[in-house]
This record gives sequence, structure tokens and C-alpha cells, in this order.
Amino acid sequence: MQQSEFSALNISKFFGGVAALEDVSMTIKSGTVHCLAGENGSGKSTLIKIMSGVHSPDKGIIKLGQTEFKSLTPITSMMAGVQVIFQDFSLLPNLTVAENIALPSLLQGNAKVVNGREISKIAKSALEKIDISLDLQSYVEDIPVASKQIVAIARALNQDVKLLFMDEPTTALTYKEVKKLFLIVEQLRKNGTTVVFVSHKIAEIQEICSRITVLRNGQVALEGDMAHLTAKDISSAMTGIEISSSKIHIAEPSAEVLLKVENLSSDDVVKNVDFELHRGEILGITGLLGSGRTELAECLFGLKKITDGKVIFEGKEISRLSPPKSKKIGIGYVPSDRLSEGLFLNQNILRNLIAATISNYRNSFGLLNKNRMRQGGQKWAEIMRIKTSSVDAPVTSLSGGNQQRIVLAKWLATQPKVMMLNGPTVGVDVGSKQEILSLVSEEAAKGIAFLIISDDVPELVQICHRVLVMREGRMVQTLKSDEIVEEVIYRELIK
Amino acid sequence: MNIPGKKLLLRNEMMLVAAILILSIVINIKSPGFYSFSTLFDLCRASYVQLIFGLGVLIVIISGGIDVSFPMVGIFSAYTTITIMDKLHFSQNGIIIPILMAIVIGVILGGFNAFAIAVLGIPTLIATLGTAGIIRGLMLAGVGSRLIQDLPNGLDHLATSTLIQIRNSGGTLSRLHLLIIPISILVLALGWILRRTIFGRSIYALGGGIESARRLGIPTKKLQVRIYLLVGGLAGLGGLMSVVLARQADPYSLAGSELDTIAAVVLGGASIAGGYGSVFGTVLGVFLIALIRDNLILLGISGSWERAAVGALLIIGIVTQAFIRKMKKRETQESHAEVQK
Repeated sequence: MQQSEFSALNISKFFGGVAALEDVSMTIKSGTVHCLAGENGSGKSTLIKIMSGVHSPDKGIIKLGQTEFKSLTPITSMMAGVQVIFQDFSLLPNLTVAENIALPSLLQGNAKVVNGREISKIAKSALEKIDISLDLQSYVEDIPVASKQIVAIARALNQDVKLLFMDEPTTALTYKEVKKLFLIVEQLRKNGTTVVFVSHKIAEIQEICSRITVLRNGQVALEGDMAHLTAKDISSAMTGIEISSSKIHIAEPSAEVLLKVENLSSDDVVKNVDFELHRGEILGITGLLGSGRTELAECLFGLKKITDGKVIFEGKEISRLSPPKSKKIGIGYVPSDRLSEGLFLNQNILRNLIAATISNYRNSFGLLNKNRMRQGGQKWAEIMRIKTSSVDAPVTSLSGGNQQRIVLAKWLATQPKVMMLNGPTVGVDVGSKQEILSLVSEEAAKGIAFLIISDDVPELVQICHRVLVMREGRMVQTLKSDEIVEEVIYRELIK
Repeated sequence: MNIPGKKLLLRNEMMLVAAILILSIVINIKSPGFYSFSTLFDLCRASYVQLIFGLGVLIVIISGGIDVSFPMVGIFSAYTTITIMDKLHFSQNGIIIPILMAIVIGVILGGFNAFAIAVLGIPTLIATLGTAGIIRGLMLAGVGSRLIQDLPNGLDHLATSTLIQIRNSGGTLSRLHLLIIPISILVLALGWILRRTIFGRSIYALGGGIESARRLGIPTKKLQVRIYLLVGGLAGLGGLMSVVLARQADPYSLAGSELDTIAAVVLGGASIAGGYGSVFGTVLGVFLIALIRDNLILLGISGSWERAAVGALLIIGIVTQAFIRKMKKRETQESHAEVQK
């Protein structure tokens, strides 16, 4: 095959005078998996949008194979073989798997009439390219996230893709699903598709990519072969500071048992779970998707019905848990989907910060005191080191890491005794991740007990006193101090 | 795990069929003789206009919008057509010219909606609320506000054209209106367009998410323009048919009928959030509402309760739909989980 390349040369792009990209060059060798890394706001998305024709650059040129472009439109970029799988997949939930895969090529072919058999045929042949079979007639909104991703990949493959951008494809996937995705990416590469893998998870980048471009503040911070780079090189290029992902200092938990769970079961998803949680302890709960880790937390917060077993909190048995009751006795829960479940997206930062403690800001007439609300919000923004010019800015203007800190702050303000965090650093960049984990360890030292539900192994290693492993609803292993190393946890996870 | 026929039973349309059957059985017990051709033919006649409007509303709702201007578009188109016919002393037997004229006027008025929604980017509810007001004002001030009772000959004949008539045991005649044929063709054609054409599937895609639809390569603005022009044309046709069946052009008629029509379409399984709905469901929804409206009195319930009954039905219908979706989702996830293993 001809050795062609895809490159963006000396690209600059300004939005209202602010440089999103400044003199950025990236060259992607054909037939490789290239990583595009960088923290939120570093310009990754802008670069993808320029190469896929959504934005046109203010300076610079784009070379796709032999052809040079001053700017692209979505159509010319697609014609040249560029496809993007967006983070949200851009699928249509109300159409079937087959239609989602086949519609774009039918639209391009200017078809007027469609028939089900033809659609199924197109969809099937796309899925065969990656050796996967899915129920073609299911509605996309009903299928699990991992299947949605496969639909998005199949759709791109259908359109003679030469250069495929995958924007943070692993964010919503579990460990096992990520492995499967990597197999697919490898297969695509073998079939001659060039893949640009956008991610900030260093372990994944090292596993799958052969070259890397790191962006920071709209400029190229690092470009090179993965073979010559260490994880530390990459993370310091991303953040601009040296980050040690060594163990964060955590204070010893007290001997006092705060929460005791005995023989807890819920339907078929949580089975006979026992554990104790001490004051000031950080307890990790891990397991693959479907292991019951999320359901366990939902039981303890009263979102899911407990069918058997006891929950003893501060020595007293608690029956009939419900979210308001949990909140009242001091159990907080930050769900994994912070965008839809943890934040009021159309409100500002201030209102989000004080949302869970709004009743503390009433005056004697029961009306809200605006000054005290503002003071309270600003206090928490400071404690949480939220990077923003003003607490009146919309919460959507913040990066993922800052948003997660707001959810955390909202709950910490209620002065909980137990905080359950589900995937606390999912979709959060390296720098913010470290800050969130340090905040957790600081709060734990003050006596709050944390339950960290996560399958991010390095994070568990960094912060947990103990790690419980779940499989098929059961608690199968308890790991203590010395046993909490990455290899051991990985081994337990995939057993 | 897979019970044959379960999928069929879980369809919203089947629930509606069941509701219609149960209701009609109850009515028949209370008032024997309900099951007759004359009841069926009357129900059809009572549904025609709402069905034409309902098809338009269905298309807009699937695309993720809502249209409250169609009664005004309809009556404006019809009343203006009749007025022009009247002025021109058009009293021939032809029906093609007035029908085409009403449709064209409807398409032009639909163009107002298309402009407001696709070009100015105004939310569909506000845009159509606005155009409805403007259109009503234009008609009453500019075209006329007088009740016109003599329709052109052709249209007048159409009002009483019968396809089949059946002599009942009592000696009276039951008539099935000729309109059943063109309306059935319209229903089948729109069903085909929505299911089998790229235009139709693009309407569903638009309702599934405008941004995703755009990324798929659908020209969303152009599509919206086509939708509102088509729906305007349907409203024009519906308006003229209402005038024909009433045998008079009353500029004050139809106002306020939008909510019943939207209720019928939503009851028929169209999701107000966009992306879902079927022509068959809409037909059943319209039929069910006509059944309730016309026969509550036979159940010994005062006619004043009609609105409450339609309202209650709407809420029950939506709760049932939500339940069906939940069941379906559970089933799909189970089968996908099996594939993953």
C-alpha cells in the first residue's frame, strides 16, 4: 500500500480573539494508531473539528493523502475518508441498530426509498468487518453503552473510512469492554484504517498507540514514538507539571465501626454481602460491569430495594432506607453519571454548590438569604479549588474535573458521615484527578468514611485503605494494605 | 424466555385495539344495537377531518416539534377558497380546483411556519402559536367573517356522496361516505412515506436528535421546511373537508380543536419528545376519541364529562406507553447481555 500521511500543518484557530490552537502541527502515519492526548480544554476537540470540517482554521493547511486543503467542510472531509466517532456517539436512540449504521451511506447515495432488507444487509456487512453480531432490530436507546459504541464504529466503517478519530472512546466502558475495543482497533489497523485515539488515560494510550501528540493550552507539548516515552513523560507533558501517581498519603482510620452491612441481598444482583466501614476509612469497591458494585451503593442510599440482610449505621439498625432518609442520617451518594444525575446543568456554579443545603440559607421568614448563599458558595468554591472566574458562570462552562468537584462539594456541605462516590474520576483529566483524590484523603482525615466504587485500578491503589472485589453480586475478595497493587487487583477483576 | 406473540402484545397499537374493543362491548351492553353499520359509518364520518389533521400533527410530533396552528391554517385555506369561488361565481361541478386551491393556500401558510422555525430558529410551539394568531387575524380582517352557506355545486355534492348504503332492519339507510376512499389512500401513502422513504426516516432521525441527525448528513433545515410545507398542505385539505362535511364555511369553526387532535395522536403512540409515532396508531387514536365523544351519552354519562374522559384517557394512555417502553428495554438488555457472554 502507498505510504500516505494525514497531517495538520501549522494550524491556528481563534474564537473571539482567544487562541484555541496556535501553530499546531500533527502528522499521522498511515496504518498506525496515533494518540491525541491532552487535558480538557487543551484544544483536542478543536483540532478534531478542524480535520473533520466542522470548523475552518484561521491559518495552516490540512493534508489528507496527496491532497492539500486550506479548509474542509464536513462533506469534503467525509469524501476524503475522514470519520469521527464523537464521545456521545451521535446515534439516534429512536432508530434501530441497522438504521443507525446504514442511514449515512444511503443519504450519501442519494437514495429516496429504503427497504428493511437492504438496510439490514448494509448493517450486517459493516459489522462483519469487525466480526461482531448485534441484534439489528433493537432500538439503540435500549442497548448497553458498549453495544452503542460498536454501532458507532460500524457506521464509520460503512463509509470507506481511511482516517478514524475516536474521541475518548473508553470513558463509559468497563475494563473488559475496553479490552474488546482494543481488539477491534487493532483489527481496523490491520485492515488499513488509520486510527486517531483521543484519550487521557495513560495506561490505555501506552497499550494501543504507536505515536502520540500531546496538546497543552492549544500548543503541541510533545510529539514522539510511544516506544521512547514513559508514563511520566506523557503526564508531565499533559499537565505541564510533574505528577507522581504514587500513593497519596492517607491517615489511619479510627477503630470505630460506622457502617456495618450484614448478609445484604437485593434481587439477583447483590448477594449476601458483608462488610464493615470505619470512621475515616477509604474503602474501594471494585468489579466489572454487572458485578453489582453500583447496585450495592444504590441499596445503601435507598435507591434500590434491599430484599434481605441488615444495614447497621452507628450501632443502630436502619430499615426502609430512602434517599431523603439516607441524607438525613448522613449517607451521601455521588452517582457515576454526574451530568444527568448529579448537576443542574442549566444553573450556575453557585446554585449547584449549595443545592443540597439550600434549607440552611433560610432566614427567619423562610425566605432565602442571597448574601449568605453567595458566601456559602464562594467558601466551597475555594475549598474545592474550582477554577472559574466567577461562581455566577454556568456550570456547563467548567471542565469535567471541576464539575465533579462541584458534585462532591454539594454533598460535603451536608456534612455526611459516609460518602459513596461512584466512578469519582471518570472523564476527568490527570491533573484534576489528583486534586480530587487529595480532597478525598483530606476529608477522610477529618473523619468522613468513603466508599469508592470504581474500576480505575491505579486510582484504587493510590487512595484506598482496603479494596473489596465483587463478582456476580458477591463479595469475593478483600484486599488489605500490601495486597493493594495494580497486578493483584487486575488479576482479581478478570478472574 | 421468548413467548411468541409477546412482542405483538406489547405494541401500543394492540393496547388501543383492546381499549376500543372493551369500550364498544361496554357500550353495547348498556345500549344493545350499538354494533351496527350505522354506528360504524357514523364513527368514520366523525373521524375524517380529525384524521387528516392528525396525520399532519403526527409528522410534526415525530420530527420533535409541535404544531398548534393547523386548525387556523385549515379554516383559513378553506374559507378563503370558498370566498374566492363565491366571488368568481364558480358554481360548477368540479371539485379538483377548490381542493387544489385549499392545499396550495395551506402550503403557503405552512411556509410561514417553515420560515419561523427553520430560518429564524424559533421553537415550534411558539412559532405555530404566533402564526395561528396572525392567520386568524388575517382571515377575519382581510378575507371575511361572514358565515357562507352556499358552497359550489361540486363541493356540495361531495358532502352527500355515498360509497355504499345499507338498509337497516328499521328501514332507515346507513351511508358510508365516499371520502373513505381518498382518506384511506392518504393514510396508506403517508404510512409508506414514513416507513419506507429516506424523507420519512429522516423525519424520525430529526426527532431522535437534531444534532445527531445533522452529523449523520441530514440537511436538517431543508427537512424542516419540507415538513412544515407538507403539513400546511394537509391542514388545508383537512380544513376544506371540514367545510364540505359541515356544508357551510364558518370562519369561527375549528378554533380550539387542536388539543383534541394532539391528544388523539399522542394516544396513538407518538412521543411528545419526538422520534416515535405511527400512522396506524394515529388512526386508532382518532377513532378511540371519536368513539368516546359520540357515545358517552349511551353509557348514561352526561356529555359534559366528555372533556374529562378524553383527558383521563390521555393520561392512562401515556402511563401505559411508558410501561411498555420499560418492558421492551428490559427485554433488549437481557438479550444483549446474553450476546456479550
